[in-house]
Amino acid sequence: MNIGFTNLGTTLVASFLASLVECVEALTVVLAVGSVRGWASPLAGVACALAVLAAIVAALGPALTRIPLPLVQIAVGAMILLFGLRWLRKAILRSAGLIPLHDEAAAFQKSAAAIRSSNAEAAVSSGPENSRRLDRLAFAAAFNITMLEGTEVVFIVIALGAGGTGLLWPASLGAVAALGVVTALGVALHRPLARVPENTLKFVVGVLLSAFGTFWVGEGAGLAWPGLTSADTDLAIPVLMAAYLAVALCLVPLSRALHRAPVEG
Amino acid sequence: MHWLRTIAREILGLFVDDGSMAVAILVWLVLAVPAMRHSAPSTRWTGPVLFAGLVATLVESVLRFARRE
Repeated sequence: MNIGFTNLGTTLVASFLASLVECVEALTVVLAVGSVRGWASPLAGVACALAVLAAIVAALGPALTRIPLPLVQIAVGAMILLFGLRWLRKAILRSAGLIPLHDEAAAFQKSAAAIRSSNAEAAVSSGPENSRRLDRLAFAAAFNITMLEGTEVVFIVIALGAGGTGLLWPASLGAVAALGVVTALGVALHRPLARVPENTLKFVVGVLLSAFGTFWVGEGAGLAWPGLTSADTDLAIPVLMAAYLAVALCLVPLSRALHRAPVEG
Repeated sequence: MHWLRTIAREILGLFVDDGSMAVAILVWLVLAVPAMRHSAPSTRWTGPVLFAGLVATLVESVLRFARRE
């Protein structure tokens, strides 16, 4: 497969945006835990989870290169399509006001309240055993959320990176850049990143992933695109992005109108 | 091991939100892709046909949700 500049760039951007969404969700919980319980244990939990995730990438990444590329493209393309179209559907319904927007500020308050509640329960009893348990709780909360959201990032990186030789690096770079951006924002803001327009981000990511999934399934199956030769099929990616975006933007007012219209019969 | 189950559940949730849309996507890929693969040498429109089927599943799922809610 010919890996052009378009493919490298779009892989990096898709990985960056998809990872950004997951990192913001993890950061919300880590900030909530750290602000209530102190920073040492949650940061240790995050560090341990990142080490486990790095080991998963190292183990699974090279293994994928041993499988025939068309098979990987169809399988990974199908998986990318499943979660890309799922994200796009949800973003359309949120934009149309049919399901509520995800509120990072509310998620922060909920996590902080849960940690405060367990803090108060532990304070009733006394002794060094409890302080160790409290540390474990903060560690476990940060470890769990980092593993949870991080596993999704790892999956995204491996899936995007499996599209062709040399794509694992831009996919990894996109995820690392997202982690860096969110960490810097977290350090600067010390509060939930409610200002990040999450649904807009999910809308864009849904479009990108759906376009990638369609392209890879087509590449794996040897499908053809009008006006493109086998040497420049990469150009189908921006066309697919524009087409998915147009369909999604049309669906927002259409679904809103359909929701308001009275049901006949 | 509870976190492993939670991660497994979350990963499944990455793919499946509207079950019937997920099934429709898979059915379209399983049925249409092999058929288009055989006809690929004779036409340049197999890629757009794949895209059209996927868009149809998205449109159906969104409009079904809008009508139901």
